[in-house]
Amino acid sequence: MPTNQFSGPDPHVAASAGHRDAPPRYGFFTDTSVCIGCKACEVACKEWNAIPEDGLELTGMSFDNTGRLGADSWRHVAFVEQRKPLVGPPPDESHRGVDALAAAAQGVTVPEQGGWPAPLVPEQPGRGGDGGSAGDTDLRWLMASDVCKHCTHAACLDVCPTGSLFRTEFGTVVVQEDICNGCGYCVPACPYGVIDQRPDDGRAWKCTLCYDRVGVGMEPACAKACPTDSIQFGELDELRERAAARVEQLHGDGVGSARLYGHDPEDGVGGDGAFFLLLDEPEVYGLPPDPVVTTRDLPRMWAHVGVAAATMLGGLAAMFVGRRS
Amino acid sequence: MSTSDVTRDGIRGAHPGREARVGGTGEQRWRPRGQRTAAPEYSPDSYYGLPVLNPPRWAATDIAGYFFLGGLAGGSSVLAAGGHWTNRPGLARPAKLVALGAVSGSVVALVHDLGRPARFLNMLRVFKITSPMSVGSWLLAAYGPAAGAAAITDLTGWFPRIGATATATAAVLGPLVAAYTAALAADTAVPAWHEGHRELPFVFVSSAALAASGASMIAAPTAQTGPARRAAVLAAAGELAATARMERRMGMVAEPYRTGWGGRLMKAAKALTVAGAVGGALLGRRSRVAAGVCGAALLVGSACTRFGVFHAGMESARDPKYTVEPQRARVRERAARAAEENVA
Repeated sequence: MPTNQFSGPDPHVAASAGHRDAPPRYGFFTDTSVCIGCKACEVACKEWNAIPEDGLELTGMSFDNTGRLGADSWRHVAFVEQRKPLVGPPPDESHRGVDALAAAAQGVTVPEQGGWPAPLVPEQPGRGGDGGSAGDTDLRWLMASDVCKHCTHAACLDVCPTGSLFRTEFGTVVVQEDICNGCGYCVPACPYGVIDQRPDDGRAWKCTLCYDRVGVGMEPACAKACPTDSIQFGELDELRERAAARVEQLHGDGVGSARLYGHDPEDGVGGDGAFFLLLDEPEVYGLPPDPVVTTRDLPRMWAHVGVAAATMLGGLAAMFVGRRS
Repeated sequence: MSTSDVTRDGIRGAHPGREARVGGTGEQRWRPRGQRTAAPEYSPDSYYGLPVLNPPRWAATDIAGYFFLGGLAGGSSVLAAGGHWTNRPGLARPAKLVALGAVSGSVVALVHDLGRPARFLNMLRVFKITSPMSVGSWLLAAYGPAAGAAAITDLTGWFPRIGATATATAAVLGPLVAAYTAALAADTAVPAWHEGHRELPFVFVSSAALAASGASMIAAPTAQTGPARRAAVLAAAGELAATARMERRMGMVAEPYRTGWGGRLMKAAKALTVAGAVGGALLGRRSRVAAGVCGAALLVGSACTRFGVFHAGMESARDPKYTVEPQRARVRERAARAAEENVA
């Protein structure tokens, strides 16, 4: 197996980084369908990791007053309020407003899996006599606890010039704060907008997947604090199986919009160590729909840099040939 | 408990935050700097309009300035070597001095931008081909002393053999110093930089050659700057072509190169570059003043290109649409291809 690949699946990510007899890869499966938005994960993370206070401000857009991940927010609970039913087809497969005849005239292909399963939510007794089911409303709240993805191919780690960012034996990605010199290169390298510099301190900070806790057999603080097990910690292989079963279960219940995000080792970052079950498109939660590790294209970049430098050298040298002036 | 009094002049003693408007005023820490907040509308294309990426924390003067100075130094070292070996001492000496000054300034800018400047030497703790900044640090560590030795031996006349070796070394490494910064910018998730990773090295070396030619036209006697004037014409053509090609390939991500600060700077760069190169070619031989003016135009034009690229990248990182739309298009394309294969 090549040990220096820039993209694609890598089932032994810790071994590729040079760890011998590495333990299995650990990660998070964040099942947003049971997130209640309590933010216990944010608080537990701040407490355990001693992350400084970074302003008590109201965003005015929702119950989310954290905004986004950054140097001082390693967990972030997103709140989205939508005029959409929870149970029903995936939002992008809604056929409302589609002119079927016009579509037929254009020759549209059939959806691969034959559409979404029909709603199968049992009527709940004692809920009033309107015959509506629990999920049958026009309003839904999406809540999702976002975190560092601990990518298989982590751009932050790749571009770090000091070796401060490194791959742990658990396959996670951690900053060594005693080495980071605050060059800030990892910040724009991350395709998810996770890692950031702390302005007063200068260094880059992000989720460590509680390297200190995991090292002594404890689960990360956020997973420990999560009251609904929306955040699940464990061996990545097992989490992937569990997640696949959960999606199937939700589809069976008529929640056609349930989908996994970051679980696929074939994706642009080789799969995430922390992946998610979402109920809408990733961009609705502030996640990129198709992230790619920037270093995938680095061999081509270096080739172009080489040709450009040679062109410059040759071009300028040619200006000295011939005429005397 | 309310402690305020209603008086003829209005309410007195009210708690200052009592009627604070949620999200209505002030800046918020996770907002792009300088942008006012109004309660953002929910939109299906983004999370309340917030950026997907964390925009770089780099200061424009430090990093775009570094790109410019690195290019100026690298280009000047090549012109210096050309002057050195074609018996144009009037060109070689100022070019060597410019290279030393510019590379010194570029290192200062780099260190100044660090969050922990005292740990600058950690840059040389490892060598990583996956990190253009690591490669660049080592390049600078080799190029800087060479450029310095070339300038000092030329000035003092000491150790001419060492001076010649240093001049040659600086000329070979100089173009790499000028070009690698393109990979530095492109090897990020910033859409307007990453999507230009094929053309950006050519934009940067052209811009570097323009800056170096401009500096030579200012500092060297007109009788010896023929190569610099010709180089400016060639590099101007190269930069225009590379930029046009880059913007065409990028699609909607090229927008920040045409609008806002990025757009303004790129337009200014084009005008200054063309004026400086054409003016230099036509008048630079006859008039010392015209050569100086055209040289200055080329220098400023090169700086505008670097700052334009920098600002375009920042804008593309701040607005989530530049991240989301191309990625969503990719997802759709893949889905369509998969559907086609299923049908076939």
